[in-house]
Amino acid sequence: MKLGYIAMRLVKTVLITVAVVLLSFFLIRMVPGDAATVMAGQAGYADEAYMKGLRAEYGLDQPLPVQLWRYVEKVAQGDLGTSYVRRQPVVSVILERLPNTLLLNAFALLVAAAGGIWLGSVAARRPGSAGDSAVTVLAMLFYAVPQFWLGMMMVLVFAVWFHLLPPFGIETMGSDLTGLARLGDVAQHMILPGVTLALYFLASYARLTRTAMIDVADQDFVKTARAKGLTERQVSRRHILRNALIPLVTYAGLQASLLVGGSVLVENVFSWPGIGTLAFQAVWSRDNPLLLGIFIVTAILVSLFNLITDIAYSLVDPRVELGR
Amino acid sequence: MSFARRFFASPPAVFGFAVFLVVVAIALAAPFLFARGPLSIVGMPLLPPGSPGLLAGSDVIGRDMAVGLAYGARISLLVGIASTCCAVGIGLLLGATAGYYGGWLDDLLMRVTEFFQIIPTFVLLMVLVAFLQPSLGSAVIGIALITWPQVARVVRGQFLSLRSREFVEAARVIGMGDVRIIVTQILPNALPPIVVVSSMMVGNAILTESALSFLGLGDPNLMSWGSMIGGSRVAMWVAWWTTVLPGLCIVITVLALNFIGDGLNDALNPRRRG
Repeated sequence: MKLGYIAMRLVKTVLITVAVVLLSFFLIRMVPGDAATVMAGQAGYADEAYMKGLRAEYGLDQPLPVQLWRYVEKVAQGDLGTSYVRRQPVVSVILERLPNTLLLNAFALLVAAAGGIWLGSVAARRPGSAGDSAVTVLAMLFYAVPQFWLGMMMVLVFAVWFHLLPPFGIETMGSDLTGLARLGDVAQHMILPGVTLALYFLASYARLTRTAMIDVADQDFVKTARAKGLTERQVSRRHILRNALIPLVTYAGLQASLLVGGSVLVENVFSWPGIGTLAFQAVWSRDNPLLLGIFIVTAILVSLFNLITDIAYSLVDPRVELGR
Repeated sequence: MSFARRFFASPPAVFGFAVFLVVVAIALAAPFLFARGPLSIVGMPLLPPGSPGLLAGSDVIGRDMAVGLAYGARISLLVGIASTCCAVGIGLLLGATAGYYGGWLDDLLMRVTEFFQIIPTFVLLMVLVAFLQPSLGSAVIGIALITWPQVARVVRGQFLSLRSREFVEAARVIGMGDVRIIVTQILPNALPPIVVVSSMMVGNAILTESALSFLGLGDPNLMSWGSMIGGSRVAMWVAWWTTVLPGLCIVITVLALNFIGDGLNDALNPRRRG
């Protein structure tokens, strides 16, 4: 029953979200001092009565379970607190930046999948050839290169030395481009950060596609297809690649959490105005509610993305049934 | 063939091991190689490599890059190895318990490891380190806390498949207690994959530490490769070496560790190559 599987997966996503919120509550408790100390520090003065007032106002004098319940209630209503520095609700600060991050990540995922599948299928056609080894070496290299440094090298080569692409930002500052011209400008700014973010995943997808294709090529239905007299090209495209792509769907889901982590770093290298640069600013201004809010929002988004890829996988692969 | 001979028969593994030894030697010898510490200013800023007395040039505020690179190796190796040790400790304890006893404990552990696979762990690490205050200790603890589930998964799988084998049954029949069976019977047989996973984790931990330091979440009083790269951002346009050299150090070290990991994998599983 597909529906049973999907229902079970939905429940799991809800449980993950609850776990994220519980974890966040304990992370807040981990900070030395409490919110009242921080607020008193920012106000620049504090006496016993003032602190007591603050604690009562924010419910910090209540027992722990009560505080936890209130926190869960607040988060469930979409209230992630107020940014210390910006004096705005954390949710609205994050939502303002989120589209830029989603744009960059979607572009990177596209580049990684397209490039990786192409490279992997080239490598799988002749296992052991020079092209095949090149893919393996490239993958080993990308696993060892820090993403932020790779980004800076891209800036050095393509922006500083050859002046080919803009090195930072999402669009040319001070330009009043509109419509298509503006879109082109943003696209140009997206190439360097997008490709930097994509390369690591491109290498993983290439390796995975290669292994999966070699595995599938060994199966009986491929021999049948050859025996039917299909050309090598038809066999490779229609029979091997299509079946090899199925595990890639799940893999994309599993890699989403890494993609978000990479995005934080890459956005900072290229001053891309997304939630990654926001997280960096939150760290520097000690804006704890904002930083924690970014964790909660990204965690929920990634688990939703996982839900979607798992459901997509169950629809593509007839072998998936209830359970594992 | 013995394990050591199989390991050293692979050229990448030998290369990785040699490079790793060099990095360890530089890290250990740093205080003896250089009279001054990595934070002291020795001359004009942004002098290119090869300037008198400056093998690797100077950085934005005139510190000797070579000294910084040597001291950076200490931080990277220390954080990489210490955090992996902590993660392996937690992973062994929880993975062995879950795999050996099974039941609800096993279910719970698997849910927790799945949870860590799904959430963006780097963002969680930023929160952890920022909330605990950036320091060497918080980097080690933070990295261990987000990586132990990888070890636990492998350990659990090994224990699950080994616990019902004949030699374990035999040990049980002669009256060995659970703890003794786990430590003296199953663990030695479960070690190969655990060793391989741990060796790969050291390289990843070094990458993670460099990313933290790059973002300014490293110990502010220590010079690390990541913080050198972070500090070079303003100078990159005019002084490439401030950015390129620390990055190359990270790449070479992590590559060496990954080669060692691959070599260990091939040497420990001679039947399963590839």
